[in-house]
Amino acid sequence: MKILALVSILLCGGVLLYVTDYFPVWGDPASPASLHISPHYIQGSLKDTAVPNIVTAVLADYRGYDTMFETSVILAAGIACFFILRVSSNRRPDAKLYRHIPTGITLRIEKGGREPLGSTEFERIDFDWVPYDLIINMTCRLVVPFIQLFALYVIAHGHHSPGGGFQGGVIFGAAIILFAIANNLRQTVQMMSEKISALLSAFGVIVYVGTGAVCLMLGGNFLDYAALSPVLGVDAVHARSLGIFIVEMGVGIAVTAVMVWIYYNLSSAGRQDEGL
Amino acid sequence: MIWQLDLIILAFVIICGAGAIAVKDLLGAGILFGAYSFMMCLLWAIMGAVDVAFTEASVGAGVSTVFFVAAVFRTSRRTKD
Repeated sequence: MKILALVSILLCGGVLLYVTDYFPVWGDPASPASLHISPHYIQGSLKDTAVPNIVTAVLADYRGYDTMFETSVILAAGIACFFILRVSSNRRPDAKLYRHIPTGITLRIEKGGREPLGSTEFERIDFDWVPYDLIINMTCRLVVPFIQLFALYVIAHGHHSPGGGFQGGVIFGAAIILFAIANNLRQTVQMMSEKISALLSAFGVIVYVGTGAVCLMLGGNFLDYAALSPVLGVDAVHARSLGIFIVEMGVGIAVTAVMVWIYYNLSSAGRQDEGL
Repeated sequence: MIWQLDLIILAFVIICGAGAIAVKDLLGAGILFGAYSFMMCLLWAIMGAVDVAFTEASVGAGVSTVFFVAAVFRTSRRTKD
């Protein structure tokens, strides 16, 4: 069976390598893609949308459908992780560990025992808990706000430089995941609960689709942001630029929330009680 | 585009890809995938596709490595085959 798999993989790889020879040369100006559609984007994007970064203009305006469904796919990935991994949180572990902060003594409280809830001297810890590392903790605490600010910059500055909703959203999600790794999962879930992350991931997609629907209601085509100009109070070209920005915000919110949501389910095996 | 640099990075891409399949330790495989993504990110940047390079760096080398580590943490670290 292994030999059969190896032969089929070699065959497929050989065919792929063989066909690569028929591709146009890298950067060939006479290739089919460069002949018709590329000059249109390169010459027209700044005039049409007032966006200097052509990639952003193509991604969110000319090919808005593509990006819309990419965002929906990411939402679907988050929902799939939820349905596969999430288990009922009612099934609590039989024992819980509490740490007395001033002395560092760990208490093991069996099921039915009295838990020191609401006490500031005790904190609940995981079974695979290791003592906090001061350097890691402080570094993450210092770095996280700057990462989040950079993520917002990447989303907002996507018109002028590389970046946009996807990259900015992933960086924002990564900042929250970094906080979860440096502290613990419970504290992060308290800050950004699962319900909020699930609602936000759907909300981001709704922002995107809703922008398209508003365009439709105002008499334009679906995702034709020029139709938004009477609402936004600018001319059609700048309305397209602003429409791209609104849509990128939606993508950023959805991606952030989905990344955090997947991490919650993955790192705690769906229990969201103890985790990395 | 410097072809020597290109060649070195391409060689690293192949080494990381083959290593990720060959290695028995799943945590190591996850880290190798991260290195693979980072090399791909450098290749995209060399080819002038900066937006794609940015996405590869943040998604491929960043978050997906964390997901791999989290999945290994919750399952087993060694492969059966």
